[in-house]
Amino acid sequence: MSATAMNRARCDENYNFAYLDERTKKMIRRAILKAVAIPGYQVPFGSREMPFAFGWGTGGIQVTASIIGRNDVLKVIDQGADDTTNAVNIRSFFARTTGVATTERTVDATIVQTRHRIPETPLAEHQILVYQVPMPEPLYRLEPRRRETITLHALADYGLMNVKLYEDIAQLGAISRTYDYPVIVDERYLMSPSPIPKFDNPKMHMNAALQLFGAGREKRIYAVPPYTSVRSLDFEDHPFEVQRWLHACALCGARDSFLDEMIVDDAGRRLFVCSDSDYCGARRAAGHVGAGQAIDADAARVLR
Amino acid sequence: MYVAVKGGAAAIENSWRLLAAERRGDPRVPELSVAQVREQLRLAVDRVMTEGSLYDPELAALAVKQAQGDLIEAIFLLRAYRTTLPRFGYSAPIDTARMVLTRRISATFKDVPGGQLLGRTYDYTQRLLDFTLLEEGEETPLRTSIAQGDATPPDLINEAMPRVNTLLAREGLMESPAPAHAGEPGDLTREPLMFPAARALRLQGLARGDEGFLFALGYSTQRGYANTHPFTGEIRRGTVAVEFVADEVGFALDIGDIEITECQMVNQFAGSRDVAPQFTQGYGLAFGSAERKSIAMAMVDRALRAEELDEPQTAVAQDQEFVLMHADNVEASGFVQHLKLPHYVDFQAELELVRRLQAERAGNAEQEAA
Repeated sequence: MSATAMNRARCDENYNFAYLDERTKKMIRRAILKAVAIPGYQVPFGSREMPFAFGWGTGGIQVTASIIGRNDVLKVIDQGADDTTNAVNIRSFFARTTGVATTERTVDATIVQTRHRIPETPLAEHQILVYQVPMPEPLYRLEPRRRETITLHALADYGLMNVKLYEDIAQLGAISRTYDYPVIVDERYLMSPSPIPKFDNPKMHMNAALQLFGAGREKRIYAVPPYTSVRSLDFEDHPFEVQRWLHACALCGARDSFLDEMIVDDAGRRLFVCSDSDYCGARRAAGHVGAGQAIDADAARVLR
Repeated sequence: MYVAVKGGAAAIENSWRLLAAERRGDPRVPELSVAQVREQLRLAVDRVMTEGSLYDPELAALAVKQAQGDLIEAIFLLRAYRTTLPRFGYSAPIDTARMVLTRRISATFKDVPGGQLLGRTYDYTQRLLDFTLLEEGEETPLRTSIAQGDATPPDLINEAMPRVNTLLAREGLMESPAPAHAGEPGDLTREPLMFPAARALRLQGLARGDEGFLFALGYSTQRGYANTHPFTGEIRRGTVAVEFVADEVGFALDIGDIEITECQMVNQFAGSRDVAPQFTQGYGLAFGSAERKSIAMAMVDRALRAEELDEPQTAVAQDQEFVLMHADNVEASGFVQHLKLPHYVDFQAELELVRRLQAERAGNAEQEAA
């Protein structure tokens, strides 16, 4: 029996393929097509109530359920890692309702569903990155009413956001957004990249993969098509910058990846390791080794 | 060396097992049956059906049992199940003037055609714990009378009875809101809610909205945050036939009875340049026996009509987007509780910023000192 046939045999026959009925998938695919046609524009869609709580990935799950086919290979990550509980839960949901193959390797996946990170390994044209989005409206902290923000987007009136960033610099000396950092897509729509760290923003720009964003509770889908410009907002005298660490990953020695920080003892010693578990594992398999050492609390404070 | 404990799959399976054991409780106590929940925790079942937007006492009772009595969790279970059901179309409007009533009261008239019927209510119970319920095997008077061959419970009205608001409208004292537009009213469980929302959609949102939230909003209108001067025109509870016009048949088929509670509020309206002063309405409807919910719904419905009636909009209860986007407890519960999910990455990004800002500040201070 082939691997695909075995997976199919494991599949739960009580539900339609990928849980949603075909008409719902069709409705969602239409919204996705519209989103791809208007990069960065939030398309309202008839979000369904899923057997997952709102805020726990229902938008991404509905997008993945609508695009997944029998030959796809699915990877699900949360905080960059495949083994966080919510990622495990979503992956097993799709394994159960579709029987498709799942993987932890970024390069093997055709669909990567993610919460809060973009994998460190660059994506390719045959891959789709599906983001789970809690709050699709980038202006919501400045204007909570969707009735108003829809008009602001229509007029490309993003003065509110520029003023907010300017005020940050005037008051703090720096832009205080460290994640969910606003971007302009295709020089037209202001878009929330979802709460990825701004470290990941540059990866969105001219990415070879299709990027789809699903917000279940807020009932919006949006997209960045392959090879589309994604510009993080900034000012000439305060250019956009990403986070950098003084430390390397304690496990694989990487200096170019986003690091998780863990407090390892009562003295407050810290361990820095890659947030992307697949990237870290692949580097270790290739022979890279980190210092394997925790760092004193004082040293953790020193930056650049 | 310390390695982060993740191991998600095994932890999740263990959590399911612990949950099942906790739900069952002490095995020496007999297991609660779904039928017991359905018959003896009816008000919980009614709330779950109302906010779950699915009339099915059996499944609602199952959800209550499975959720260990956590009603919002039970509502979530029922909603997720509802997603998998096909949608055949809209029923014909139910006619509540032709209900079989078990309760009907009006606070606006001492007597109304058809009369007032108190029916079962906690309103006039003295809230004293009834210690006899600690003993099992009680006999209720009603059950005894049914057992003795009395087929219909006493005090049940089975004849057409006009609604109080209709009587007021006939005199021109009450506005008769015309349907905003002909045709199907839309379904917010299938289409995203956009603003401004038509009244039919607002009522859908309120009907499945959280009882506690609507109750608090309704209460706020009584305390001066958008005063709507409400009187309870009528509350009626009973069973009503649901009819469905199937295209193949061409006429309405009775597909069953449901129990509902309906509340019609009568509210003052000062009138405007074009309209003489008259009374206006707020409307509430819920499955089963749900008076608190239907009253709250009617109050908030009326408050949300501020824009349509050209009233000043000053309070949150009058703000469509605020009310409707925050009334759904399944959405709220999910999003509030998602704070339990890991946010290591975002927190790390914030830590980096705070450390850098602190370092810059310390650097500046040193320079100034030098």
